[in-house]
Amino acid sequence: MTDQSLPSQARSTGSPLVKRGLAEMLKGGVIMDVVNPEQARIAEDAGAVAVMALERVPSDIRKEGGVSRMSDPEMIQGIQEVCSIPVMAKARIGHFAEAQILQSLGVDYIDESEVLTPADETHHIDKFAFDVPFVCGATNLGEALRRISEGACMIRSKGEAGTGNVVEAVRHIRSINGDIRKITQADSAELFEWAKQLRAPLPLIQEIAETGELPVPVFCAGGIATPADASLVMQLGAQAVFVGSGIFKSDEPVKMANAIVEAATHYQDPQILAKVSTGLGDAMKGLEMATLETKLAERGW
Amino acid sequence: MTSPVTVGVLALQGAFAAHLSILRDLGVEACEVKTNEQLASIDAIVIPGGESTTMSMLLVKGDMLNPLRQRVVDGLPVFGTCAGMILCSERIEDGRADQHCLSALPIVSRRNGYGRQIDSFEAELDVTGLDEPFHGVFIRAPVVDSVGDDVSVLAAVDGQPVLCSHGPVTVASFHPELSGDSRLHRRWLIDAGLLPEGLAEASDETAEVTP
Repeated sequence: MTDQSLPSQARSTGSPLVKRGLAEMLKGGVIMDVVNPEQARIAEDAGAVAVMALERVPSDIRKEGGVSRMSDPEMIQGIQEVCSIPVMAKARIGHFAEAQILQSLGVDYIDESEVLTPADETHHIDKFAFDVPFVCGATNLGEALRRISEGACMIRSKGEAGTGNVVEAVRHIRSINGDIRKITQADSAELFEWAKQLRAPLPLIQEIAETGELPVPVFCAGGIATPADASLVMQLGAQAVFVGSGIFKSDEPVKMANAIVEAATHYQDPQILAKVSTGLGDAMKGLEMATLETKLAERGW
Repeated sequence: MTSPVTVGVLALQGAFAAHLSILRDLGVEACEVKTNEQLASIDAIVIPGGESTTMSMLLVKGDMLNPLRQRVVDGLPVFGTCAGMILCSERIEDGRADQHCLSALPIVSRRNGYGRQIDSFEAELDVTGLDEPFHGVFIRAPVVDSVGDDVSVLAAVDGQPVLCSHGPVTVASFHPELSGDSRLHRRWLIDAGLLPEGLAEASDETAEVTP
């Protein structure tokens, strides 16, 4: 504990490096959706690097419908009390007042999330205005760069949350990383056209051309339901995974959570993946894309 | 000419890629360590930042905890940053009951001692032996609660140690891998006798280490 009576050394908080820094620490890990303290404990016991506190997992949001909002602060605090790992929470797209409340609760990351009902159809949150870092979903590189230009410190694929179907997440990760690879091959004149096509700031396009990667970590979310799914998206370039309904809607959440944690570490080792995939019971049932009434990934722009 | 050394970076989870890139910039052979086989082949190890409880569990699941402990007892040079410092400690406060540590040096770490993410910060650090300050990035950082008599405290924030060394083991409660400055990695390698001083200085023009 710092003794307040001593003159304290200059510290700067809420800087871009500090905000991106936590995302760096989560790499190679699994962030799990939890709806109550009991699930949060299970997640931490299984080796999650962080939990996402929310009232309903996406598959229930899908089933029950209605407007989906930020969680009750009491529920978030309940999870913060039992968890020693970082706690994230979701705000609606554009709902900066929810984000202000979440920041005041001391959540470690805010997800400006399409899983909740959007609050603003034109504007995303100005994320530079906050000391707490933000993660945002993206379906392609242009969307990712627009979120970064608004201050997002981590990008995740949107996937199609609550379906247990990884096909959309794969599409998004492939699209983001495929375009990055193409941009590294482009000449300087072509970068202007890339910026126009992607509706993204030119300086970010130029930065990608030079570094070959996004300026913030890229994680995968939306439809991951098995250890093999985690391995797939990480081999495609995701640096960590979010698992929502995939754990607590499976037959054996504890086993599934443990297995996906090991899969995120050993994603390139099929022998270990075979071992951890054994005897998990049924994964969540899952949904075909063609049967969906609402595509959550279409929220945000 | 000494035989080339290989520095491993524990890559179970966390910011291991940033460490690998700094080590390679120093001209050192560096590799990921996820298995006992890899552990057996290295001459020194960096334990990166990340989630210390997750790393502890993965060490147990991969049957790596005891082999790593044994190598540390046998004198393996270790550089632990943030979560890596927690793992290197002799005791952990505010950890999980089932969380393991390696006792690589006699310090007690308090997990998340500087608070939540909202309290994460950057600060300029005066480091013993470095001419210029080192930019420290502290992310949900652990606090060093106490250090043994023979531990050297090389930097402090508000009187609390943030960089300590003890023989071939160096620990930092911050993230030298995030500030694009290789001086602490180089110093650790020199202290551990793995990097000849002259060669190290020639390979990096920007940083300086006082002998």
